[in-house]
Amino acid sequence: MAEDFNKDGMANTLIVAIGICLVCSIVVAGSAVGLRPLQMANKELDRKQNILRAAGMLGADATVAEDGRGVEDLFAEFEVRAVSLDTGVYMDDVDTALYDPIKAAKQDDASRELGPQEDRATLGRRENVSLVYLRRRDGALDKVVIPVRGYGLWGTLFGYLALEGDLNTVAGIGFYEHKETPGLGGEVDNTGWKAGWSGTRVFTADGTPSINLVKTRSPETSSAAAHEVDALSGATLTSRGIENLINFWTGELGFGPYLQRLKFESAQAQINPRRER
Amino acid sequence: MAVPKEVLVDPLLNDNPIALQVLGICSALAVTVKMSTTVVMCLAVIFVTTLSNVAVSVVRNRVPTNIRIIVQMTIIASLVIVVDQVLQAYAYDISKSLSVFVGLIITNCIVMGRAEAFAMHNGRYLSALDGFGNALGYSIILIAVALIREPLGSGTLFGFELLKPVTEGGWYYTNGMMILAPSAFFIIGLFIWALRAWKTEQVEEADYQIASNTQYREAM
Repeated sequence: MAEDFNKDGMANTLIVAIGICLVCSIVVAGSAVGLRPLQMANKELDRKQNILRAAGMLGADATVAEDGRGVEDLFAEFEVRAVSLDTGVYMDDVDTALYDPIKAAKQDDASRELGPQEDRATLGRRENVSLVYLRRRDGALDKVVIPVRGYGLWGTLFGYLALEGDLNTVAGIGFYEHKETPGLGGEVDNTGWKAGWSGTRVFTADGTPSINLVKTRSPETSSAAAHEVDALSGATLTSRGIENLINFWTGELGFGPYLQRLKFESAQAQINPRRER
Repeated sequence: MAVPKEVLVDPLLNDNPIALQVLGICSALAVTVKMSTTVVMCLAVIFVTTLSNVAVSVVRNRVPTNIRIIVQMTIIASLVIVVDQVLQAYAYDISKSLSVFVGLIITNCIVMGRAEAFAMHNGRYLSALDGFGNALGYSIILIAVALIREPLGSGTLFGFELLKPVTEGGWYYTNGMMILAPSAFFIIGLFIWALRAWKTEQVEEADYQIASNTQYREAM
C-alpha cells in the first residue's frame, strides 16, 4: 500500500464501489447467461416428466420407462394442442412449443379476470388459451392430460390431471410445484395417495365436475362413491384446494367446453369412423 | 496471530457458529427436514463463505470503511446468485425445494459475520480456511439435525426408506413435529446442552443471580 493512499477518500470510495459492482455484475450475468440453456432444458424435461408421470407412463422417481425408453421418446407419443378455454376449439396458430399458459394468465390481453363466484381455485386471472396433451392408440383417444393449478394452504399447486380416453375417468394426477407443508399437505406427492385417484370419475351424469375429497367414503354402491378420493389427513385446506382446482379446471371455466366437444367428436367418430379427421 | 490449524478446526466444536455464536439458526430450521436438501445447502454455504471470505480479504485494504458492509453484501449476494444458477442448471430437483433458502444465504449471519470479523483483518489464505471451517461447523450441526429429523419425521434417510411409515403400509407412525421447524429448535438446544456439558468452558457466566425468595420473611 502506498503511504499517501487515502482509502476513505471520495475518489477511492467511488472507484471501489464502481469496481466491485462491475466485477460482480459480470460474474452474475456470466453465470446466468452461460447456464441458461441448461436451465431451460431442465425445466422442459421436468415438465415432460410430470406429464408422463400424471399419465402413468413413467414411475414416480424414474427417468426412463420400464421398457427403457427415455422421456423425449415417450413424450413424442403425445400430440400437443393449444385450446381456447372459452369455446373449446383448437387454436392452431399458437406455437405450442413456446406458449406458456401460466405466463399468459398474467397478461391482461391473453387472460380474463375471474369473479369472486367463479374463482374457486383462487387464481385471480385465467388464461384464454391453454395446452392439452393427447395420446392416441390405434386411432382411438387413449389419454388426455390437462394442466391444473390452484391455491392450497401456503401457495399455488401446479400439476397435471390425466384422463382416460372416455374423458371422464381419472388416469392419474401429479403436482410438480407446490408449497404445502411437508408430511401433511406435502403428501400430495405420496404415490400411494395419488394411486387412489385412478379410476375416479370426474363428471356426474349431467356433465358437472364433482370430484370430492372425503374423510369417510360413501358406501361403494352409492353413486357418490365413484367421485370420491381420500382427503389428506392433517391437511384439510390442501385437500379442499385440490378438490376446488380439479373441479375448476374440468368445469365450465376450465377445460369443460373442450372436453365436451372432444367427447362429442369421439362419439361421432365411433358411429362413423370415416368422419374422423 | 492466528494459527492456520486453529482457524480451521476451532469453529467445528470449540467455537461453533450455531452452537456457541447462535448464528444461522433460521436456515438450520428451514432446510433440515430432508437430508438431501441439507447436504446441498451445506455445500452452498461452504462455497459462499469460503469464496466471500477470500474475496473480501483480497479487497480489504482498498475498501473504504464507510461502505465496507455494502461491499461485503455485494460480493456475498453475487456468489449466492451464482450458486443458485448452478443449482438450477445441474441439480434442478433440489433447487426447486431449496431455491428460497439458497437466496437467503445472503442474510445468513455466519457469512457476513466471518467477512466482517475475520476476512477484513486477515490474509486470503487464512480467510479461506476460516470461511471453510465455519461453514463446516455450520454443516456439522445441520447434518446432525437432519439425521434426527428425516428418519423420525418421514422414516427415510436421503430418501431411502429406513422406518416404513404407516402411510405406505408399514409400522412406523411418522412424528409430525419433526417435520415442522420447531423440532430443529429442540434438537439444536439439546445439542448445545450436550456440547456445553462436555466443554464446560463454553458455558457463559450468568448475567444475574436469582435471589432467594424473601417476601415471606419480610411479611412476618
